[in-house]
Amino acid sequence: MTKPLLVAENISKYYDGRVACEKVNFELWPGEVLAIVGESGSGKTTLLKCLSMQIAPNAGRVLYSLRDGRTESLSDLSEAERRFLMRTDWGFVHQDPREGLRMGVSAGANVGERLMAVGERHYGRIRSTALDWLNRVEIAGDRIDESPRNYSGGMRQRLQIARNLVTAPRLVFMDEPTGGLDVSVQARLLDLLRGLVRTLGLSVVIVTHDLAVARLLSTRILVMQQGKVIETGLTDQVLEDPQAPYTQLLVSSVLQV
Amino acid sequence: MTTGYNFAYLNEQTKRMIRRALLKAVAIPGYQVPFASREMPMPYGWGTGGVQVTASILTPGDTLKVIDQGADDTTNAVSIRKFFVRTAGVATTEETEKASIIQTRHRVPEASLREDQILVYQVPIPEPLRFLEPRETETRKMHALEEYGIMHVKLYEDIARHGHIATAYAYPAKVNGRYVFDPSPIPKFDNPKLDDCAALQLFGAGREKRIYAVPPYTKVTSLDFEDHPFSVQKWEEPCALCGSTTTYLDEIILDDKGKRMFVCSDTDHCRKAQEKAA
Amino acid sequence: MYVAVKGGEKAIDAAHRLLGEERRGNPDIPEITTTQIGEQLTLAVDRVMTEGSLYDRELAAVAIKQARGDLIEAIFLIRASRTTLPRYGYSTPIETSDMLIRRRISAAFKDMPGGQILGPTFDYTHRLLEFEASETPAAPVETGPADLDRTMPRVLDLIGAEGLIEAASSTSGEPGDLTREPLAFPADRDLRLQSLVRGDEGFLLALGYSTQRGYGRSHPFAGEIRYGEVAVSFTPEELGFEIEIGAIDITECEMINQFKGSAGVPPQFTRGYGLSFGQCERKAMSMALVDRALRVRELDEEQTAPAQDEEFVLSHADNVQATGFVEHLKLPHYVDFQAELELLRRLRREAQGLDQEAAE
Repeated sequence: MTKPLLVAENISKYYDGRVACEKVNFELWPGEVLAIVGESGSGKTTLLKCLSMQIAPNAGRVLYSLRDGRTESLSDLSEAERRFLMRTDWGFVHQDPREGLRMGVSAGANVGERLMAVGERHYGRIRSTALDWLNRVEIAGDRIDESPRNYSGGMRQRLQIARNLVTAPRLVFMDEPTGGLDVSVQARLLDLLRGLVRTLGLSVVIVTHDLAVARLLSTRILVMQQGKVIETGLTDQVLEDPQAPYTQLLVSSVLQV
Repeated sequence: MTTGYNFAYLNEQTKRMIRRALLKAVAIPGYQVPFASREMPMPYGWGTGGVQVTASILTPGDTLKVIDQGADDTTNAVSIRKFFVRTAGVATTEETEKASIIQTRHRVPEASLREDQILVYQVPIPEPLRFLEPRETETRKMHALEEYGIMHVKLYEDIARHGHIATAYAYPAKVNGRYVFDPSPIPKFDNPKLDDCAALQLFGAGREKRIYAVPPYTKVTSLDFEDHPFSVQKWEEPCALCGSTTTYLDEIILDDKGKRMFVCSDTDHCRKAQEKAA
Repeated sequence: MYVAVKGGEKAIDAAHRLLGEERRGNPDIPEITTTQIGEQLTLAVDRVMTEGSLYDRELAAVAIKQARGDLIEAIFLIRASRTTLPRYGYSTPIETSDMLIRRRISAAFKDMPGGQILGPTFDYTHRLLEFEASETPAAPVETGPADLDRTMPRVLDLIGAEGLIEAASSTSGEPGDLTREPLAFPADRDLRLQSLVRGDEGFLLALGYSTQRGYGRSHPFAGEIRYGEVAVSFTPEELGFEIEIGAIDITECEMINQFKGSAGVPPQFTRGYGLSFGQCERKAMSMALVDRALRVRELDEEQTAPAQDEEFVLSHADNVQATGFVEHLKLPHYVDFQAELELLRRLRREAQGLDQEAAE
């Protein structure tokens, strides 16, 4: 019997008494891609940070179904368990790849780091796994020993994705993964992401202000305005037939371009 | 012996504090125990950690040997030995076998040590993660959670660039399967001597205020990869004085035309070998 | 036949004899006395006491003489000597508002109760070398009416009443003791201040200066700088009441800094605090700037500049530690250097080998 991978219950976060996000509830099922959309300041990034335990919510909790079958509230996990989760079962793709990469070490080491962190001690195997992953994210194998400083923005982003996926995480958080890229580069990255998500059966929570990204990648969508979820549903349905006036506005202003 | 100071310079209160840290260090092999390091009458970075450890364990019946770079006659070794002669009046020796306490900087004696001996290391930077992560708050957490992946990232980079691991001294190792530690800037040649050693090994870092230990007969494993195992330096020629081929050699430049020779860095061991041969 | 280098011990002895000779200088010139140093190089003595963490003018003068005027070396001598002193207990906190004032200025107010007292200062002197520097004054300087009440309230206490400035923080519980427990991070303000008092004047000066130039700007005003004598009291356990055991000269600086306010705290002025033995005014001011800069965490400000980085500042402020580790590079490192030589030769051989293969 399957159960949700992640459950958000009444997540609220306030800054100086101002609402950043309030009473957010949803379930994320295995293999599902959930897009959180809204304009900047709508609270979507705060929500993502609460879900991934980068900040503590003021109220509510996040339940996560661990690999061993237990379901735990993330705030009840010890720091050791949380950090282990972050480098094995989870991935986090930052908008700025420099935040997610070690810019001072080679691409191969960037991909290999998580393997070494979980105890892999065979150089040859680490290297061939890294090569395999570079190949999967369409980076030429002969660039494995280069620093990501030499890479273009799109390559860095693909390297960051490889670095995250190498330990076969079950859940990946993405914060505007195509945000800083040119339109043509964005399209290629989205294509790649869609392929990886499908073949690996990843569960993803992706934050984006771009409804086109949401439409291409996500199965379900959650629309936020001023810290609150104002509409939620299957992506196709919401985008075809938005109910909330704000969603209607978003859809009409963006998708017709 | 200079009077006016307590035996071995430190007052008894301070020695007790250091001994408590030492006990903790022995109980948790490889764990860096913070201690309230005192200002000593020699500069920080010149062995104040080792000197405080030695001062705290020294008894009037001890025989002390002090080496720096493997030799008893190097300036800093002479200075530290003199300090203990002046403040504690203990017997000193240059012979490894006769010493009950050996304080060292940068070398482990060639002769294997016994259970009734203690080796005290002077440590400049005790934190093996320091050059990968400068923040103490973060490195403490990494040790606590056993997050040592980044150490292997460094080794991976070495192999990717040079074909093999390119760390020649202060080579990191894991103690008792738990804590990664810095064996102090000894050449990696000496790392195998730390493993399963009969003597108690104590490490003092004065400026950084840390003490750690490797108890007798404890496993010390130098970090490596299965397919790039740890290995030590080798020389193409034997020691020019004693003919040894199994010891760590120093290079001596003889003239300005590139002529050089190699001799043992452990001067006591070399002298013994020469006497034996004669 | 090569013989291994010997004679380290003799060389060291000879070097130290030579040092003694150099220290004395030309024997035809009268030897400087420590009393002269104590009386005439007072600011050097003050600095050595402050950074040496030991209030003893005579010992500081001896140290300065022995160190040939190298103040960091003198501080080092004092610290090493301090190590051997037994600790009898802690004095009760000194009360700087009861200070017997010799100098007291505020840059924030034109006038305040007690007034501005310039006292002995280099301020407003023209920095012209005085070649005829016989400084014996013709007559004692008139310092004001004899009945002038030299105890005066602290300036920041005067504006504190209005709530415009944060209360001077009173930490609950006993302050820590840096010399008895190793510093751990994050460090609370009590330990940060202890670190800063011992910290190198030049280092803190540069850091304080950097905050003024925009690296962690905090808009300081010199609320008050006061220098004078305060009583030191001690409560012996067996007596159970406080007795005055002496008096020390200190300089105290309280900076007033802007603060935008944060969650639950309305905008108000905040404080930076500096203290030194004797008259180390530059040190006290720099310390106050750095103290304020280091309060980013507690005031929920963004950390952007070196002066706000607690681990960076506190780990590198101590000049005895710094000088030891920098100068330890003079010690022999030839075992490690040999290891590097061997490695480098091997890497180069391999690189050449690879090149040859490529050429074949």
